[in-house]
Amino acid sequence: MNRYPLAEHDPDLRAASGRRFADITYEAAISGELTDADLRIHAETLRKQAEIAESAGNPQMAANMRRAAELTAVPDEELLKMYDLLRPERATYAQLIALAERLEGVYAAAETGRFVREAAQVYRERGLLRQEA
Amino acid sequence: MADQSQVARSRRFLALEGRDINKETFVTPWAEAGLMVVDSPYDPAPSLRIENGRVVELDGKAEADFDLIDRFIAERALDLTVAEEAMSIPSLDIARMLVDIHVSAETVRRLVFGCTPAKLVDVMRQMSPLEMMMGLAKMRVRRTPANQAHVTNWREHPALLAADAAEAALRGFAEAETTVRVARMAPLNALAILIGVQTGRGGVLTQCAVEEKLGLTLAIKGLTSYAETLSVYGTERSFVDGDDTPWSKAFLNAAYASRGVKIRFTSGTGSEALMGHAEQKSMLYLEARCLLITRGAGSQGVQNGSISCIALPEALPGGVRAVLAENLLASMLGLEVASGNDALASHSQIRKTAKLMLQFIPGTDFIFSGYSAVPKKDNMFGGGNFDADDLDDYDVLQRDMQIDGGLRPIFEEEALAIRRRAAQAIQAVYAQLGFPPITDAEVEAAVTAHSSDDLPERDLVPDLAAADGVLASDCGLLTIVRALHAGGFPDVARNVFEMGRQRVAGDYLHPAAIFDRAFRVQSSINDTNDYAGPGTGYRLTGDRWNEIQSIRQAKAPHDFIAAQQGSPAPRLAEAGQAYVGTMPEVVIAVGPAFGTALVRTINGLDHEAVLEALLTGIASEGLIGRVVKVYHTSDCAAIGHVAARLSGSGIGIGLQSRGTTVLTRRGYAPLHNLELFPQSSSLTLAIYEQIGRNAARYAKGEAPPPVGVKVDNTARLRLIVKTALLHRRETEEVRRDQPPVELRFDWEPALP
Repeated sequence: MNRYPLAEHDPDLRAASGRRFADITYEAAISGELTDADLRIHAETLRKQAEIAESAGNPQMAANMRRAAELTAVPDEELLKMYDLLRPERATYAQLIALAERLEGVYAAAETGRFVREAAQVYRERGLLRQEA
Repeated sequence: MADQSQVARSRRFLALEGRDINKETFVTPWAEAGLMVVDSPYDPAPSLRIENGRVVELDGKAEADFDLIDRFIAERALDLTVAEEAMSIPSLDIARMLVDIHVSAETVRRLVFGCTPAKLVDVMRQMSPLEMMMGLAKMRVRRTPANQAHVTNWREHPALLAADAAEAALRGFAEAETTVRVARMAPLNALAILIGVQTGRGGVLTQCAVEEKLGLTLAIKGLTSYAETLSVYGTERSFVDGDDTPWSKAFLNAAYASRGVKIRFTSGTGSEALMGHAEQKSMLYLEARCLLITRGAGSQGVQNGSISCIALPEALPGGVRAVLAENLLASMLGLEVASGNDALASHSQIRKTAKLMLQFIPGTDFIFSGYSAVPKKDNMFGGGNFDADDLDDYDVLQRDMQIDGGLRPIFEEEALAIRRRAAQAIQAVYAQLGFPPITDAEVEAAVTAHSSDDLPERDLVPDLAAADGVLASDCGLLTIVRALHAGGFPDVARNVFEMGRQRVAGDYLHPAAIFDRAFRVQSSINDTNDYAGPGTGYRLTGDRWNEIQSIRQAKAPHDFIAAQQGSPAPRLAEAGQAYVGTMPEVVIAVGPAFGTALVRTINGLDHEAVLEALLTGIASEGLIGRVVKVYHTSDCAAIGHVAARLSGSGIGIGLQSRGTTVLTRRGYAPLHNLELFPQSSSLTLAIYEQIGRNAARYAKGEAPPPVGVKVDNTARLRLIVKTALLHRRETEEVRRDQPPVELRFDWEPALP
């Protein structure tokens, strides 16, 4: 069982870089030892937070945190592009399916992939896809 | 001859027309246009049909007709394991559970998760504002209430932003939000308030309201620690006009969380009507749909309470109640609520304050989703319903009601000190990063400024180039931490660094999370609202209550009467027991503290000068005045009664040390009198002389016109504490068994 807050109770807490939470220190920041990845959340931490949300009776938030855990693997630029594709009339059905496949294949983001497929289906029914040229 | 066709105007109606309330806009409801807060005849009745684990009918609509929003709610928001049970319970029963202290928040919430939008609205329809406030006190997710600040200025001056943000943090705001006048300034404005709040109080969360993609970029860089610009709408057309769908918004929610950044959605009554796509539905029904999207997307919370559309529901009957209902609905769904009160909603101070009470008294996670910590004209969100000019009022409201509204009173010296530190910190960071310099003169102006009028002109063009540079480079949180450290602000640097470090833990992604000054997270998970009636839940006590009481305007009781105390009057001396006179005289009886424990009246008249005036008046009518001091009572009527009893003429003047005077006649009932002067603060020496003259004329058997004294309607309001304390001091001198004594007053009237 994960005890909340993890910052106080999780001895295994690590940054995306793998650096232990306890080693993310001000001194290390000043000396130039830390990089941006040392201040990024690890997918595993988001999964633990998802479990905390789940046991607090919030399955929707837990699902969001699991999608977030998957998205930690996606680079910033691409993440912004993915969001853009999901906005109304930005993508064809095929493009959305390709996005879902990329999420599932490249980033092992099964839950997010399923989420994008659901969107593609609804967008098609509601006429929110980009018209093919 | 007057024109008969001209209708007479009531002067009262003309006066009313000049009042602030009549600058407002009021409109009669029009359901077809969505100009109706609840009960549109086009709102669906609650319904839900589930077949094989799928929702096949939602609020009267078959699955085939589901729009984007129906689909999202059906797929992602409703808890189908409890939905049939919840929908079968009468709405009135659920409404009663909300106000029943014996029913826990958890019990209510389990059912709420199975309610459709129309069902949620139907529950609200059963409730009065008072009942909704009771519900909100119970359903709010975080036990401890908090508040959010808006910090902007039209000059987009970095030193002023930093100084105002630091002061806001010192004042207790748990979050600060900025925005831009010129969109490109976003990175620098975000930077300024980040440094400002972390100077003022470590752990305050910050955000910069801009376009979604830019907002995410700022968050990824660590320039902001949360965002709340994720607007959702209750109709498909409004959503698409907002250039999003529930799926794109939910994806963005996950994107922020993947970078460890807290996110709050935004919705509120009136937005769909304003965008022309209300589909004939009531505002509250559409808001219920928004809230289910928010829940379904897995968001931790929402800012609602109409937000920037607030003037629209407030133009309609029941609008303010509906706004409270939407706050309550959000909390019922387990969402953090930043409950509006932000955008300019009313010209009337009465109306805006009355509306605030609906959130202030029950308490919400953030009572304001932006209290303008700057003056209105510097508020780039479009005004601010409450602003920097109202800060003292707000502190007093907390003190009046013993309610934690999230703020604390501060002193001028600490405000100046923290503003200087923050302005110097941003100056140092600009210097370290090679941004256009912030001069010492700009820093000094920011320290003492009230508004951006107090700041020198700053060239925006190089600032904008620097802002572009931040986005183009890898300048991020670590860059800022190192710049602060190198610039001599390691304390601020540590706080900024800790904000970055907390992202790694992700604890503040949970509902209603804030940080205390030790960076301990407080959210619905570990600061769960456990309100269950009197004696439970959040109580304002102990240190926090002391802090809220200690407004800088409060004086120690002793200070109120310091001006009335001093060396005993040198020309007054006691001369044995008082006697019953036989001469045609007027006796002046004074209270037990007169000329000794107290030496001046409430408005600062020297006691000896008051006696001189009274005796001059008596002498001007050819009579003699005699002064006695009463010890057995401090009551004005009783003192006057003694004066009349001892007076040879039967006419006496009773004079309390604070100056209150009565003119009376022997034989009158204790509370009857010839003339009473209860408002001591209005009495001047000239009036005292007239009182003396009238006393003498009564003694001669004449019937003078009563002395005219102006009535000051605010005197009681201004002076009641002082009056009470002066009376208390006089009463302290009472000696029950001591008879009245003669007073020798070493003074002779200047006879004409």
